[in-house]
Amino acid sequence: MTTTPDRPAGVEALRDTPGVGVQLVGLTRRYGDVLALDGLDLDIAGGEFLALLGPSGCGKTTALRAIAGFERPDDGQVLVDGRDVTGTPPAKRDMGMVFQAYSLFPNLTVAENVGYGLQVRRRPAKERKARAAELLELVGLAANAGRYPHQLSGGQQQRVALARALAVAPKVLLLDEPLSALDAQVRVQLREEIRRIQLELGITTVFVTHDQAEALSVADRVGVLRAGRLEQVASPDELYERPATAFVAEFVGTMNRIPATRTEGGVELMGVRRPAVGDVPVSGDVVALVRPESLLVRADAAGAGRVVTRTFSGASTRLAVALPDGAEVVVDVASADSQQLTPGTAVTVTPAERPVLVGAV
Amino acid sequence: MTATLPTTVAPETGRRPRRRGAGAWRVVTLAVLGLYFLVPIAASVWYSSRSNGALTAEFYTGIPSAPGFAEAFGRSLVLAVLTVVLSLLLMLPTMVLVDLRLPRLRPTVEILTLLPLVLPPIALVVGVRSVLAWAPDYFYGTPLAEAFFALQEPSLPWILVLVYVVLALPFVYRALDAGIRSVDLRTLTEAARSLGASWPRVLVGVVLPVLRTSVLNAAFLTLALVLGEYTIASILGFQTFPTWIVEVSGSQPQLSVSVSVLSLVVTWGLLLLISALDRRRAGKDS
Repeated sequence: MTTTPDRPAGVEALRDTPGVGVQLVGLTRRYGDVLALDGLDLDIAGGEFLALLGPSGCGKTTALRAIAGFERPDDGQVLVDGRDVTGTPPAKRDMGMVFQAYSLFPNLTVAENVGYGLQVRRRPAKERKARAAELLELVGLAANAGRYPHQLSGGQQQRVALARALAVAPKVLLLDEPLSALDAQVRVQLREEIRRIQLELGITTVFVTHDQAEALSVADRVGVLRAGRLEQVASPDELYERPATAFVAEFVGTMNRIPATRTEGGVELMGVRRPAVGDVPVSGDVVALVRPESLLVRADAAGAGRVVTRTFSGASTRLAVALPDGAEVVVDVASADSQQLTPGTAVTVTPAERPVLVGAV
Repeated sequence: MTATLPTTVAPETGRRPRRRGAGAWRVVTLAVLGLYFLVPIAASVWYSSRSNGALTAEFYTGIPSAPGFAEAFGRSLVLAVLTVVLSLLLMLPTMVLVDLRLPRLRPTVEILTLLPLVLPPIALVVGVRSVLAWAPDYFYGTPLAEAFFALQEPSLPWILVLVYVVLALPFVYRALDAGIRSVDLRTLTEAARSLGASWPRVLVGVVLPVLRTSVLNAAFLTLALVLGEYTIASILGFQTFPTWIVEVSGSQPQLSVSVSVLSLVVTWGLLLLISALDRRRAGKDS
């Protein structure tokens, strides 16, 4: 079966074709009593790299599989380039997918794996070979064309899987936690490589991950999912600096939960008053959500806080500080300024002069 | 400077004699098992290679020209190949479907395929014989009656193929199940589907090569089963290779034994051939 026989393939075709938009409209999917997707609406621009981030079971993989066609939603639509593909089988969607598990065909060589999609489309052997060589060059594995999957490392296998997905010049590239089986160093290297290739080809990409560092480092925008619904879709900077909800604030990056009191026009915490943001009651006890780098710490013999631990991580150092009420906060300081702040040192901690996100207790 | 080698000897522990004992047991067990299998074979070879007290190969060289041999052996081979093909056509898509889409049905399918092991073949064949005796009369004058007659065509009794498919189910299921459990079929098939492959193409181009060892094992077990099956063919009155051996054993006992020895060699040869093919393929892959 061929999908779109006249569609050009290969790197040049991808470079020449502008990325297409993808829209999810009210996507709902149930598994028995579990609601995996709860009316999910999402608009992905052409050529955009969007990461779907969330804890296990939040529905991010279900959403990706619905885009790919492997999950039939109970309700809602998947639109690709404005066309409804909700009922279209995966084989006819023209999408490339890289899976979490190693998915190379073990009986085929690396080049044959990359050329598989073109073989399905009945492209001549010469063209398949040329496209495979071109894409293997792109992912830096040109020398491994004749090898079999079991002769490659995990990182190399995922690179080949990426080349295979791109070989058919898909309209959309779907990445389902492709780095989760790899070790830390290879993960960082490969995610940067994926981003480089995506930018070079301008292909619309949806990347599912539970690793916030991965999502924030490569995506144009990140969608945070919780219980099948989008909590927020924003650029990494905005998501980190201006989280829309307490869940996003706590899920993305490290966040201190500090007891505070809502006052007229602001919030009072650690003995100081700051402007408040967030959807909370007008008065009463609340929780202030403050990033470690948004707290200021200084050695102070009369200070009520005590440094508990000090973790050096290059340019910055993370301090855990015990407060008088028994709570503990983490504070990031420049390593150069943290020499005196050893465990046991008395310190004063204050929130930086900026609006503080508050949530219900 | 010279180093002095330690001269102390590790004290004897209780482990070594025990291991020696275990080794001895292994040898004894293997020897007993070997004798159990080899003595009858050796006796058969001895019996079938002597005539009037002298060594002879006449009972082996005479096999191809023995009356009825080529016909019976050829029929059994055709039945075996048809059974293998039909079993795989039935079970491979079913098991892939169960693995990918209906995993809850796995225990049901497993139990169903194991039934032929607990159901005595004699019960099965008596049931089949009753139906074959009753159906043509009942459906007389209809195409169904013709179909029942066709199933019992002596030159190629399709009814035997159908019964053998049922008998082979436990072996085919076990062999394929082992293969399916050892690979991530879901991801591989989804990868192929996302690249535009149709389901038939996925089955032939992805699933079959991935499960080739299991498929070969299933094929071999089915082949061996059909080439050695006597009860059903005999009761239903068809001449196959095993029934022919029994038939000639009355008039030419040494010929029938020589044929049995040869069939054993052929079966082993097939097994070695299949495993050699698989090794060659695996070697090519690596």
